[in-house]
Parts: sequence; C-alpha cells; structure tokens
Amino acid sequence: MKIEELREHLCGRYPDLCPLFSLEFGDGILVVDAGKLHEAASDLRDLGFDLLGWCTAVDRGAHFEMVYRLRSRTMQVGMFLKCDVPREDARIASLTDLWPSADWHEREVYDLFGIRFDGHPNLRRIFLPEDWPGHPLRKDYRDERMIRRPDYI
Amino acid sequence: MALVDRLGKSLESAPLLLTSVDALVDWSLGHSLWAMPMGTACCAMELIAASFSKFDFDRHGTFPRPDPRHVDVMIIAGTVTRKMQPAVKRLYEQMPDPKFVVAMGNCAVSGGIFFYDSYSVVRGVDEFLPVDVYISGCPPRPESLQDGVLRLRELVRTRSIDPDKRYPKDLLLPKPSDRRRGEKAPGEGEGARGEKAPGEREGGDAA
Ligand code: SF4
Repeated sequence: MKIEELREHLCGRYPDLCPLFSLEFGDGILVVDAGKLHEAASDLRDLGFDLLGWCTAVDRGAHFEMVYRLRSRTMQVGMFLKCDVPREDARIASLTDLWPSADWHEREVYDLFGIRFDGHPNLRRIFLPEDWPGHPLRKDYRDERMIRRPDYI
Repeated sequence: MALVDRLGKSLESAPLLLTSVDALVDWSLGHSLWAMPMGTACCAMELIAASFSKFDFDRHGTFPRPDPRHVDVMIIAGTVTRKMQPAVKRLYEQMPDPKFVVAMGNCAVSGGIFFYDSYSVVRGVDEFLPVDVYISGCPPRPESLQDGVLRLRELVRTRSIDPDKRYPKDLLLPKPSDRRRGEKAPGEGEGARGEKAPGEREGGDAA
C-alpha cells in the first residue's frame, strides 16, 4: 500500500484524524494532542497497525516530543505518530496495553528523558542505576563527572 | 596464598632456595595465565578472535575461563559503564591472589571515544582496579593482546613469593634500534635471502 492510499483509508474510517495527517519525506506523520494520544493510537491499531517498532522522545527545549513508529504487516506500510509533551510534569498515557513492545521503550524514555507514562505496569529505570540523579538526555542535564569536549577538537 | 606467603617468610633466610622456588612458581604461573574474558563491548570480538585457531592463544597457556575463581588475569575488553562498574569490581574481588588486570582497548585504558561528553562511561578501569598492562587500540589486534599477555609474563617474573621482595628486571619495550624478527643481523650474507629460520613467521604488527 502507498502512503496516499493510507491517507484515504484513514480519512474514510476516522475523519477526525484526517486533518492531523501529513506527508513528510515520503512518510506519513500523524500529530495529535497529548490528551488524544491513546485514543488515536488505538484507532490506528484497529486500522491495521499491529506493530510498534520503537518509540523515543526529542527534547525541543520548550517541550518534549514523543515519536512512535508504527508499522502494519497486513497493509505493508509504516507511519509515525507524534505528540507534544509539556516539559513541566511531563507525563503521557502509556501504550503498553495496545502494543506490549512499548514496555521497554517507554522505560528507556522514562530513564533518559524523565517522561512518566500513566498506566505503565513497571515504570523503572532500564539503563542507568536506580539511584541515578536526573535524566541525561535532557538538554539541561548537568553532571559534575562529565567532561565537556574542548572546542579545538 | 597464605601458605605460599608463609613459605616465603620461612625461606627468607635461605636466599638460594627462595630464588629457586620463585623461579619455579613464576615459570608455572607465567606460562598458564588463565584469563577471565571481561568483554564488555566491541573489543571483546578481538578477544574472542585471539583465542580461536587463527591466533591461537592457548599456545601461550592463556585461555578464557568464564569463572573468576579459576583465573589469574582479568582481561577487560571494552567500555565499562558506571552501571557495569560494580559488577566488574565484584568479579575482580572474587579472583584468587595473585591476580592481574589487563586493560584492553582505548575504552578500558582511558574511556576512549567516550572520554568527552559522556555521562555513563568510566574513564579507564584504573579508576577502580589496579591495572598491570595497558593495550591501546580501538580495537587492538589479537596480536597486541597476546603481546600484552607476554609482557605480563615478564612482570610475573619480577615477583617473589616473599611479599616484600621484587626482582629487578628490565621491562622496557623493544627499542627502535633492536633487530626485528626476520631481519638479518649486519654482516649476514645475501645468500640467506628469502630463507627463514625454522618456526619463524612473518612479523606481526603487534608493535
Ligand atoms: S576501544 Fe574501540 S573497539 Fe574497544 S570497546 Fe572501545 S570503542 Fe569498542
């Protein structure tokens, strides 16, 4: 299936998601509000997206952006699901009940960005030791052991 | 080791005997340095390659044992993260004396490419372990590792079972003026060209 067909398919079935869908770099991107994420995700799963490849976060300064990569094995097409998360008290609905593969990826995002996932069954750090202070992939993370790279390299 | 320590103390008054026992102990230890393969990152591939047929580590008496209680030397091959650090330390503490540490690869020596701007990498295992031999390279060739273990064997020869004693030994690396393997000494005729001494191989790039 082509991305254009996917757009038609999506608009036919879920008209309210249609204006949020865009095409960038040959890939479909759906940007939703944080409150609507779980609903939109379960719609997409019902549409045929049975695989969550990965999810990650981007630090945009003022806010975080969650990115989910979805794939459909029946339609042979992939797309991105994106959603902005506020920086203060960053929390968002967990998608582990829709795709169990979200479990460890969300733990990773929690570990490195500090975004909390409501409804996650086991939200603990996955890479770093339990007592690690802070979340290192945040742009404002500071660590006294870290050595900044000098400019001349 | 406590028994050997006591033996060392009681042999102190008999220097000739002490020297002979030391020679025996160091010979047997130096030629069977069993290794703990502490492969934590990509350098472990070279560590694995070193003990397989092409490089054949076993002929030096060094072969990997996955149990810290059986080994003499811990080869730390790869990046040690702050999360891995307590585990490495704990495995080191389980090794029986005398024990040695080889830091293999730039990551284990100094943090390597993760030296700057890294929040999670230990900058060199000598932050928390006493390292005996450092091997640079990213990753080092298996020959370098074998060379490092041969250097460790020289280090073993300086040891005595008397804990306060050390034998003076020149531990220097080969000098640029030294004759290389396969190179003819000045004055050797052209007639020997192309012929190699039996058992001699092409020179490795372990330098
Ligand atoms: S020194 Fe290079 S090859 Fe070895 S662990 Fe570090 S990055 Fe990997």
